[in-house]
Amino acid sequence: MKILAIETSGQVCGAALAEDDQLVAEYNLQFKVTHSQILVPQMETIREMTKLDLSTIDAVALTKGPGSFTGVRIGAATAKGLGLALDKPLIPVPTVDAIAYNLFGTEALICPLMDARRSQVYTGIYTFDPADGKMKVLRGQCAVSVEEIAGALNAMGMETGKTAILLGDGAPVYAESLKTLLEIPYVFAPLHLSRQRASSTAALAMERWRTEGEAAFVSADDFRPEYLRLSQAERDRLSGIDTSQITRR
Amino acid sequence: MDKKDITILAIESSCDETAASVVVNGRTVLSNEISSQIDIHTLYGGVVPEIASRKHIERVNQVIRAALNTAGKTLSGLDAVAVTCGPGLVGALLIGVSAAKALSFGTGLPLIGVHHIEGHISANYISDPDLVPPFVCLVVSGGHTHLVRVKDYGEYEILGRTRDDAAGEAFDKVARAIGLGYPGGPKIDMAARNGDPDAVRFPRGKVEGSAYDFSFSGIKSSVLNYLNECDMKKIPVNVPDVAASFQKAVVEVLTEHAMRAVEEYRFDRLTLAGGVASNSALRASMAEACAKAGVKFSCPPPVLCTDNAAMIGCAAYYEYLKGFRSGYDLNAVPGLQLGESVYR
Repeated sequence: MKILAIETSGQVCGAALAEDDQLVAEYNLQFKVTHSQILVPQMETIREMTKLDLSTIDAVALTKGPGSFTGVRIGAATAKGLGLALDKPLIPVPTVDAIAYNLFGTEALICPLMDARRSQVYTGIYTFDPADGKMKVLRGQCAVSVEEIAGALNAMGMETGKTAILLGDGAPVYAESLKTLLEIPYVFAPLHLSRQRASSTAALAMERWRTEGEAAFVSADDFRPEYLRLSQAERDRLSGIDTSQITRR
Repeated sequence: MDKKDITILAIESSCDETAASVVVNGRTVLSNEISSQIDIHTLYGGVVPEIASRKHIERVNQVIRAALNTAGKTLSGLDAVAVTCGPGLVGALLIGVSAAKALSFGTGLPLIGVHHIEGHISANYISDPDLVPPFVCLVVSGGHTHLVRVKDYGEYEILGRTRDDAAGEAFDKVARAIGLGYPGGPKIDMAARNGDPDAVRFPRGKVEGSAYDFSFSGIKSSVLNYLNECDMKKIPVNVPDVAASFQKAVVEVLTEHAMRAVEEYRFDRLTLAGGVASNSALRASMAEACAKAGVKFSCPPPVLCTDNAAMIGCAAYYEYLKGFRSGYDLNAVPGLQLGESVYR
C-alpha cells in the first residue's frame, strides 16, 4: 500500500510518501509562504528524490478539515486533482485526529487545539489503549470555546487520574487561559510533535486502510472538506442579519 | 485529427462559475462546461467569496470530467492544462489553480497560467475565427472596465480604465437600489426593455484630463439621489424608466469612448468582452456606432461573454505557442493587472 499524503490544514504545509510500514519521504514547512506556492513543489521534490512513479500510488491521503478554510481547500483541490489525474481514491482523515496521532502510544489525554478565531478552538480529546495500541476518540473533533474543552478535560482527568498533553497552534495562543482553566496536570508537546505533520496524516490513513479496507476510500470527485463551521454570510443569514453589505459586489 | 493540433484543457474559477473546457488550436471549442452558483449568491444579493470557494471545491472534478467527456478526450490526449490565476477572488481562484497544478503534476502535462481579462478578450477569437490583432476591445464586467488596444496575441495597451466602479458593479448597485435584485446586469437589461431611456437624464460620467478613462460612481449616485427625491416628494418610481435611463447613460459613455479610440488610432475593428458585453443595449449601440463609422464590429455570444473556460483555453493556446509555461509554484494573484504578465 503506497500512500501520498498532503497536509495543509494549518500553518504547516507538508507532503509525505509512505509504503506499508515505511515512511519513504516527508517534507514539512512551517514558514510564511502560501501553501499554494509550496505544496506541489514539495511533492515534486519527493517524486524526484525517491524516483517515484506516480502511477504506483494506491491512494492520496489528506486531512479533511477543520482548519484554515483556504488551507483546507488548497489541500482538497490538490488531492482531488491528483486523484483525477492518477485515477486513485482519497483517504481523508479528520485534522484533529491526525494531530493527536503525533502522540501515538501515550495513555495520557491528548488534546490538540487549533486556533479557530472567534474565541473558539478546533479540538477533541484522544488517548491510546495499551491493550491494542489503537487510538480512542474520547471526544471527536469539534469547534468549541476553550472553556468548554478545558471543562471536558478536567472531568476526564479527575475521573481517570490522567495527565493531559496539549498541542497544536492553539496551545500557545490559549496558554494563559488554560493555566487558570485546567485543574488537572498538563504539559505541552515539544516542537517536533506539536503541529500537523504529513507523516501523521499518512500513518493515520494507513491505519484506516488496514482496519477498514476500501471503506476508508472516498472518490476524488465526491470528497468534500469538513469545515465544522458555516461561512460568516450563512451564519448571518440564518440569524436574520442583513447580508447585503458583506458581498464583494 | 492532424498531428500538429494543440489540445488544451482549461479551468476557470475566478468568481462564481466553476468552468472547464477543451479547446483545440485556440479556436475550436470541443466542450464548454459551466457550473453556475448564481442561485445561492442571489440569496445574499451578490457573490459571497467564502461560499463561492466552497461551491467550487464541490464541483471542480465533476466539471473537469464533463468537459473531457463532452470533448471525447482523456487526459492523455491533451497537450497542456491551463488555468485562470488572476484577477479574481483569491479563495475561488485557488481552487482552479490547485486542481490544475495537481493535474499537471499527476500527468506531466505542461501548465499554463492565464490572465482572466486576457481570456475575456480572447473569447473574440473563438466567436470570430478570422479575427487577428490589432484591434480595440472594450472589456466590461462586474469587476473590470478597460478600453484595450490589442497589439498582438498577448500584447495589450490599456487606453482607458474606470477610476471608480466597474460598469457591471454600477449595474448591480443600481439594480439593488431600484429593487430588481441580483444579478443587476441581466435584470436591468430586461426591465429597461419596457422603459423610456429618455425619461430621466442622468449625467454622463467624464474624467477630467482623460479622453478614455471612465467614472460610473457619479451616474450611480445620481440614480440614488433621484430615488431619494422621488421618495421625499412621494412620487412613485417608474422602475423600467429608471433602468432604461441609467442603462442609456452607461452605454452612451462606453460607446463614445470606444469610438473615440477607434477614430484616433484608426482601427478598423472593434470588439466587446466581459459579462456586461452581453447587455443588449450595449451591443446594439456599439453595432450602430460602428456601422456609421464604417468599422467592423464583433462581439462573442453571451455564453462566451460571461465567465467561461473556453476563453481561457484560447488565451492559453497563444501563450503555449510562445513557449510560456508556469511552474508548480503558480499562485492565485487576485489583483493581477492587465498587461502584467504571468510569465514576464
